[in-house]
Amino acid sequence: MQEFLKGLWKENPVFVAVLGMCPSLAVTNSAINGLAMGLATTFVLIGSSILVSLLRKVIPKQVRITTYIVIIATFVTVVDFTLQAYFPDIHKALGAFISLIVVNCLILARQESFASKNGQWRSFLDASGMGLGFTFALFTLGAIREVLGNGSLFGVSLFGKAFEPWIVMILPPGGFFVLGFLLLLFNWSAQRRKQRKMQTA
Amino acid sequence: MSTEEQMTFDQEPEPSSFRLIATLGVAGFLSGLVLVSSYLWTKPTIDANKAEEQRQAIFRVLPGTADFETFTLQDGQLQTATGPAEDRVFLGRDANAGFTGFAITGAEPGFSDIVTVIVGYHPADQAIIGYQVLDCKETPGLGDKIIRNEGFLANFSHLVVDPEIALVKNGTKKQPNEVDGITGATISSRTVVNLLNKAMTKWKGPIDAYLQAHPELEKTTGHE
Repeated sequence: MQEFLKGLWKENPVFVAVLGMCPSLAVTNSAINGLAMGLATTFVLIGSSILVSLLRKVIPKQVRITTYIVIIATFVTVVDFTLQAYFPDIHKALGAFISLIVVNCLILARQESFASKNGQWRSFLDASGMGLGFTFALFTLGAIREVLGNGSLFGVSLFGKAFEPWIVMILPPGGFFVLGFLLLLFNWSAQRRKQRKMQTA
Repeated sequence: MSTEEQMTFDQEPEPSSFRLIATLGVAGFLSGLVLVSSYLWTKPTIDANKAEEQRQAIFRVLPGTADFETFTLQDGQLQTATGPAEDRVFLGRDANAGFTGFAITGAEPGFSDIVTVIVGYHPADQAIIGYQVLDCKETPGLGDKIIRNEGFLANFSHLVVDPEIALVKNGTKKQPNEVDGITGATISSRTVVNLLNKAMTKWKGPIDAYLQAHPELEKTTGHE
């Protein structure tokens, strides 16, 4: 269970490990985009982790990274086709960033540091935790940016016509602002946790 | 890498080159199989989606349209064509097979990428009667106002294309061939006007020639 939970908060890939920044900043201009990107990444991560962990004794060390990339790329392309066929609007919004999941360092990092050394069940837990942590982070970013930048959530207007949207929030700089504040929050909470531990000790 | 790790690494027997190549070959082959099957599996749905999107857009820009015929340009003349592709115009017909106008697509580089637009053209009035953006990656909140800004869309309810469409500053539209630009989206507004002028230059002649050859179409015109 520890393997699953760590990815959600304590080792959150975005807010703690600061991995996968490119999609976290680029596609989180609305809640639905963040959610879709997170789920697509989670699917790829779980699929490749299980496969890599099953094949960890078969793949020679010297060509492991290449093989991981082939496995990841296959899953990504399947996701790409599936989204294009069944969720064309989301595919349009995410655009090139779907194919770029291949080079998301979060996924390769989990293969190299976890799946290639652990059994498939533990790798599955680790991948789901990390994937959901990533989804949670992207969704939070997307939701905050959509509410402030567009006055809506999931496309539903929240404040009526009187609200003047902060357009900067859905433009690239807004991604950096929101990410900065969330990182601040996470570090602050980690620090408090540490302090409390010190006091009780 | 520390020396200790280096040593353990060296102690392992080196796998043969053949094994390395074989691993990569098998991985590539299996991956290829998966990719081809998922491509074949999703392709019909993807094509159907695209065709449906285009159908809906044609119905939107030509009010009252229930069916359409597809044409392409060959030797300066309109020729019947089939299937979705570039470089097409669509002749709309209403439920009683009456002529509703032509749907024309145009593409032009905008502020960040190619902007693609489809408009409904009414030949008897020489006017654009409907407008929809098909593809646009303009700046969110500024350039992308060309998609759904109400004031901008109002320009295209009846926009005369003769002699050509002109872009004017927001709120100064006086002539029926002028387009009220969007404040803060000058480049995107200009892109739309340019692409419409180019598309009209390209298609107007062939369309007029086609209508002259098919006089029955003019009579059944239902649009007011």
